[in-house]
Amino acid sequence: MAVKTYLQAISDGLRSEMQRDKRVFIIGEDVGVYGGAFKVTQGFQEEFGPWRVIDAPLSETAIVGGCTGAAIMGMRPVAEMQFADFISCAWDHLVTVAAKQRYRAGTPVPITVRLPSGGGFSGGPFHSQNPESSFAHIPGLKVVCPATPADAKGLLIEAIHDPNPVLYFEHKHLYRRIKDEVPDERYTVPFGEARTHREGDDISLITWGAMVYTADEAAQKLEGDGVSVEILDLRTLAPWDKEAVLRSVAKTSKALVLHEDTLTGGFGAEIAATIAEDAFENLDAPVRRIAAPDTPVPFSPPLEKAFIPQVEDVVAGLKELAEY
Amino acid sequence: MAVAREAEPVSSLTEIKEAGLDREDLLGIYRHMLLTRGIEERGHILYKQGKIPGSFYTGRGNEAASVGIATAMGPEDVGTPLHRDMGVHIVRGVEPWRIFAQFMGRADGPTKGKDGNVHMADDRLGLIAMVSHLPAMLPVAVGCALAFRIREEKRVALTWFGEGASARGDTHEGMNFAGVRRLPVVFICDNNQWAYSTPTHLEYACEHLADRAKAYGFDGVVVDGTDVLAVYREAKAAIEKAREGGGPTLIECLTLRMEGHAVHDDASYVPKEMFEEWAKRDPLERYRTWLRENADFTDEEEDEIRGYVKKILNDAVQRADESPMPDLDTLLDGVYATPEDLETPHHK
Repeated sequence: MAVKTYLQAISDGLRSEMQRDKRVFIIGEDVGVYGGAFKVTQGFQEEFGPWRVIDAPLSETAIVGGCTGAAIMGMRPVAEMQFADFISCAWDHLVTVAAKQRYRAGTPVPITVRLPSGGGFSGGPFHSQNPESSFAHIPGLKVVCPATPADAKGLLIEAIHDPNPVLYFEHKHLYRRIKDEVPDERYTVPFGEARTHREGDDISLITWGAMVYTADEAAQKLEGDGVSVEILDLRTLAPWDKEAVLRSVAKTSKALVLHEDTLTGGFGAEIAATIAEDAFENLDAPVRRIAAPDTPVPFSPPLEKAFIPQVEDVVAGLKELAEY
Repeated sequence: MAVAREAEPVSSLTEIKEAGLDREDLLGIYRHMLLTRGIEERGHILYKQGKIPGSFYTGRGNEAASVGIATAMGPEDVGTPLHRDMGVHIVRGVEPWRIFAQFMGRADGPTKGKDGNVHMADDRLGLIAMVSHLPAMLPVAVGCALAFRIREEKRVALTWFGEGASARGDTHEGMNFAGVRRLPVVFICDNNQWAYSTPTHLEYACEHLADRAKAYGFDGVVVDGTDVLAVYREAKAAIEKAREGGGPTLIECLTLRMEGHAVHDDASYVPKEMFEEWAKRDPLERYRTWLRENADFTDEEEDEIRGYVKKILNDAVQRADESPMPDLDTLLDGVYATPEDLETPHHK
């Protein structure tokens, strides 16, 4: 087992699937000669040629729509949006075509759309968003948000072979910052199974993506105060692991939901509502949400820092719950 | 000034034989056109009887265009026909009773009641079901062509759009990508001159939509969409060119939408003279005359075809009407595909 960055794990997972399955190809803007804006596909075109690592025109609609057609013809396309924000240009092709084709016409659409998402580096309003909840709301789509290098590889391979359209949110701020052991062999991580990132008894902290690390730092800070926080990394939002959340809440009696996406209508609302509906009797405090405020993602570093939930925000939220 | 070539009519039996159709094929085309119109006429009746929920759309006036194009497709080719292209489904071999079941929201329609009207396709026949967002199927077809190109298969994808849909970005992105990569795809514009109530001069400012092809780096041709043989000949040439690596073609079939946008629409915004003029170019009547003048089409042959079509329609309506409404237990079925769903011809 080797230690790899989150980015390397994604790249290795993709490369190994392309080596073992000729149906898999990658298409996106600057993914070929340039190796991708974040270099996830560096060296791929030399290895697989220009018809399996396809430099597309600046056409998100043609990229995702094209993947849909190729998938229906038996391929296993992987589309790269240069930034997750640009998926707005391909909304119709995910939501109108790919998401509904199986239900209404019986036609499966096995595509994977890779979405470099998230903020933390002054990307501004159009290079920092976390639009996962918009898609988790759409029946027919699957939504994946890995936090660790090992999950990044295993969930990507699972996504490629899932018979449905899968949105794979890879958090840009984790690309080179997070390193961990990644098994060398091929493996998959099933959708809908949360990972217990940290065991604890007093408060359940439910999160995903880059916020797992913010949560972890906050939990460590509370350890000294004798508050034991259990962190659940959901890993996938559609489907999501309700049972794991309810199990954890039954144990701790308190829940905090944390996400980097904005608050209103964010996926945290669904989790909080589910806990309120199904675990009300277990609760010793109201479910608390911590999320970005309802604004576009601001550019300037202090504004962006105030926008993205920080360790101290989570610490404050956890303390409030602990004292309730 | 027009850039695209304007196709000539087919002059003789010899010419159409050279384009690949023998006399039996020619009679088959007539049968398919009659069946196409017949299905839509029967649909109208069913709608008036209250048996079709929602709305009802037809392609009256477009029978030659849809049948002509589909007749030129190869068995392994694929297509994404729209709601004016019933003839494509007919030529590819969908069973008419399933179409009526689809119209009526029954369990035996191709979408099992999950979607309505012509939002259907049988993928075993190489067709992909349309969505309402009309040019959305262009990039999908381009993606089919991309798969063929990656796998180096000699197959072609065909995709339809209207002159209304030509104004949307999907059309541009699909054509541009296909042009850049010289993909084996044929774009067919059903230019029926009215996008709901919007006339052509409010949709585009070039003379012909086919003129745009040049800007994407491929050929465009304008063809009289009421002339089934001219449509066939142009489609055949475009499809075989794409198959041999010659890249895309844009075929603009010029017709008039002879009814409203849908059954609720009386099309009062279409000048009466326009309907009268295009009624003289009725695709079926026109082809029937051609057959009589060029292929010794006899009264007996015509009676036989009409009788055959009538029987198919009668049986189909009856069988569809016997199909049950979908079981409520199916409401939640199939939102997500299972690995077993990939056991289809395309995925093997």
